[in-house]
Amino acid sequence: MDDFVTLLVAGLIVIGAFFALVASIGILRLPDIYSRMHAASKAGTLGSGVMLIALAIYSDDLATTTRALIGVVFFLLTAPISSHLLAKVAYAVGYKMTDISVLDEMGESMQKKNK
Amino acid sequence: MSSQAILDGAITIALVLLTLSFLLTIVRIVRGPTLPDRILALDMLVAAAIGYIAVIGIKTGYTLYVDIAIALGLVGFLATVAFARFILVRGQADEAGTSDHHELTDEEENSQEFEEQGAQIKKPKAAKPIESMKKETK
Repeated sequence: MDDFVTLLVAGLIVIGAFFALVASIGILRLPDIYSRMHAASKAGTLGSGVMLIALAIYSDDLATTTRALIGVVFFLLTAPISSHLLAKVAYAVGYKMTDISVLDEMGESMQKKNK
Repeated sequence: MSSQAILDGAITIALVLLTLSFLLTIVRIVRGPTLPDRILALDMLVAAAIGYIAVIGIKTGYTLYVDIAIALGLVGFLATVAFARFILVRGQADEAGTSDHHELTDEEENSQEFEEQGAQIKKPKAAKPIESMKKETK
């Protein structure tokens, strides 16, 4: 059982670090702010969340386990709020989407409002 | 090969991957090209730092840093919100390089219209406190 927990923790931290790397590659490679946001807010949150869950499983101390889980819940709550706010503000101020984007539903709905 | 040895190897791999992630995010902060890109990359740096804290906590058993991770997450969230408000108040998107090919399209004209609307909405907000202050002084 102890061996199983150790192996599970080993797997989780490697998966978490891999997702953090995927998120940063996405930030570097994707063409505009909106698609970069998609990489950072999803893969980045998952990466740090999975690593905190690994810490919660590995720790013998109940206080540490609950704190790590509270941290995970906190990130799951705040990451969508902050990235949504940033995307909305960037769009309202007029940062353009990349030329290869095919759909701009926000712009279409704003045009209908103007009419 | 004991499970503890596998865990040690996994910790080393995770630290290497996190360091790579950190460096790639820093490249995006340096290169920009726009302010929201940099804010987003700073947010990602906070996430990577929290990952470091979790892995170091497993490696050394020094779990005091978990409290710091929660506080760091709060600070990162508030910083992103404050930066977003700053972009809204600053209200301009004239930095070059929002996309690689710069062409004036219908979309850009629309975005400029939105920008003007945003400015109109903002002005009363800024004026209201001043008027109320005047009333108080009278």
